[in-house]
Amino acid sequence: MGGTIRLVGLIALLAFSLMFMGAAKDTPKASAPGKAKDPAVNARIGVISILTGQGSGYGEAITNGFKLARDEINARGAVNIELVIEDSSGKQEQALAAGQKLINSARVVAILGPTLSTEMKVVGPEANASGVPIMGTSTTAAGITQIGKYVFRNSLPETQAIPASVRKAVMKYNIRKVALLYGNDDVFTKSGFDTMKKVAEDLKLNILTIETFQKGQSDYKAQLTKIKGLSPDAVFCSALYEEGAVILSQARKMGIKVPFVGGNGFNSPKVIDIAKEAAEGLVVATPWFADRNDPKVKVFVARYEKAYGKKPDQFAAQAYDALYIMAEALKKAGKADREKLRDALAGIRNFDGVLGKFSFDADRDVVMEPNVLTIKDGKFQVFQ
Amino acid sequence: MFAEQLINGITLGSIYGIVALGYTLVFGVLDIINMAHGEIFMFGAFIGMLIATKAHAPLWAAFLGAVLVTAAMGYLLERFALRPLRGRPGGSQLAPLISTIGVSILLENIAHKLFGAGNQLFETSFAEIKFEAGPVTVYLVQVVILAIAILLMAGLSLWLYKTRAGKGLRATAENLETAGLLGVNTTRIITATVVIASSMGGVAGVLVGMAFNYINNQMGLSMGLKGLAIIIFGGMGSVAGAVAGGLILGLSETFVVAYGSSGYRDAIAFIAIIVVLLIKPQGLFGQAPPEAQR
Repeated sequence: MGGTIRLVGLIALLAFSLMFMGAAKDTPKASAPGKAKDPAVNARIGVISILTGQGSGYGEAITNGFKLARDEINARGAVNIELVIEDSSGKQEQALAAGQKLINSARVVAILGPTLSTEMKVVGPEANASGVPIMGTSTTAAGITQIGKYVFRNSLPETQAIPASVRKAVMKYNIRKVALLYGNDDVFTKSGFDTMKKVAEDLKLNILTIETFQKGQSDYKAQLTKIKGLSPDAVFCSALYEEGAVILSQARKMGIKVPFVGGNGFNSPKVIDIAKEAAEGLVVATPWFADRNDPKVKVFVARYEKAYGKKPDQFAAQAYDALYIMAEALKKAGKADREKLRDALAGIRNFDGVLGKFSFDADRDVVMEPNVLTIKDGKFQVFQ
Repeated sequence: MFAEQLINGITLGSIYGIVALGYTLVFGVLDIINMAHGEIFMFGAFIGMLIATKAHAPLWAAFLGAVLVTAAMGYLLERFALRPLRGRPGGSQLAPLISTIGVSILLENIAHKLFGAGNQLFETSFAEIKFEAGPVTVYLVQVVILAIAILLMAGLSLWLYKTRAGKGLRATAENLETAGLLGVNTTRIITATVVIASSMGGVAGVLVGMAFNYINNQMGLSMGLKGLAIIIFGGMGSVAGAVAGGLILGLSETFVVAYGSSGYRDAIAFIAIIVVLLIKPQGLFGQAPPEAQR
């Protein structure tokens, strides 16, 4: 009994001393700028991403984007960023634990991530309550920044992207009747579907059928055979690229030749890698276009390819811009202070990144013009 | 459309059946659920992909390579994850189950490291061969998959009930200690069972790659859970039950999508399983436990 008490005391003591050590480590950083020749802002920024399990392909692109931006920003010298990267495995509870760790023990000034909107719905409120600015770089579901005044995002929501692509496709192909297909176990694809359905209804299209699938499924033949039997003018498909590319491939093999209109998650060069020629005729609206005629974009693509051996996708690009937005706000804030950083972030307007001109609106949500693209001759091209 | 959906369902069901065979064989002999079977199946798919798609080798080489690798994995699984736990006095019944779960997580992450995340194309010229009967398109792969499922079932039944090794296996299943006393080399029987079950997983992996064209390192989990449901449905340890259960689940999933709503795909398939189990708790082809028979 006495032993237990002693043990508890020891652990408490250890915990306390660790806390003080943490505090002691932070103090010199805050006073350092006085001495340095140019007052660099030192900031520790937390990242929550999917590094293992289903969806780790996204996490890989996202963290690569962050690392590339960090190296560039640190090389310039005005801001010095240290990234603390945590894995969420795409699970809400693990994302929350990672968020709490970053907020309370790593004492980060801001958090980038988590990857999925489902995760943001639990981490966002926690960061908001702790007064830590948090910015989603890939969370596009509705209602993300409405969580609170510390929650930001730089990922174009589906509610802006999808109507743009649907309207253009309907005009060009004279679409009257459509089949809808979506992943019903993910907030992201579900909210994309809700938008598609709403736009289809607004445009008075005839919805022939609504089919669903689940993450990680490998056989879509049953749904696709049904869709083929109804012969729609187009298929509106709200899927992430992993599933989406397989759906496209199986659909084309089955003889469904009509255009597919996809959501944001469908926009990745990987769709072409995975589905090859079956990807032809996919229409997406996207904030990111790797072949855009812009020197900034060209430099980014070249550097990313050199560092990681593949082309950056939308997730990498959004992550890259997000860290630059953070650096910009840190510069404006003058020091790594959570409150000052939040105010500086909220004031970001007309930031010029690889995604184009970017601003936060009054709700800390995205203001930007999406590109509508189609896959033609094995690559994404501007859809006209 | 009915004919096409029927073919879709049979293809899916045959694959479920082959995966379930691997589970049922190990369960029948060892009374444990091999949670690593799904991941071994996934490895089989990747080995097949490397040989057939990346190295452009003929299909038989892909099957051979997948079978060899998964058989070796089965041996290692038995040697290092199951054998050390067997026959330990006071050991928990659940220990082998937990240890195979550990192996499954290990394998999934090794696959992630080796093959990367995300879908990989599984392309073979064989998978493109198709013939058309009116509006219905049938791929040769779909026929082959059904044939392999039935062949494996028949071969396994013959082996179990007509050969000396099969007799030894059944004796081991009945009672490990008694079989050992009667001169059956139980260690060898158990090893052979796990190896055969694993290599069947390898075959199933290549077939899935051929049928659906894409594989990823997560596919073991979803397929594995279906396989588990099927052996409970078909009767634990029953060979015919695994294949019949697989076909029924595959067909019911497909037809729920075709004539109902795809949102209820899994719900209705599993409700059907629950109903069958309520009527016949030992599963479709399962036998009541010996105590109940006496």
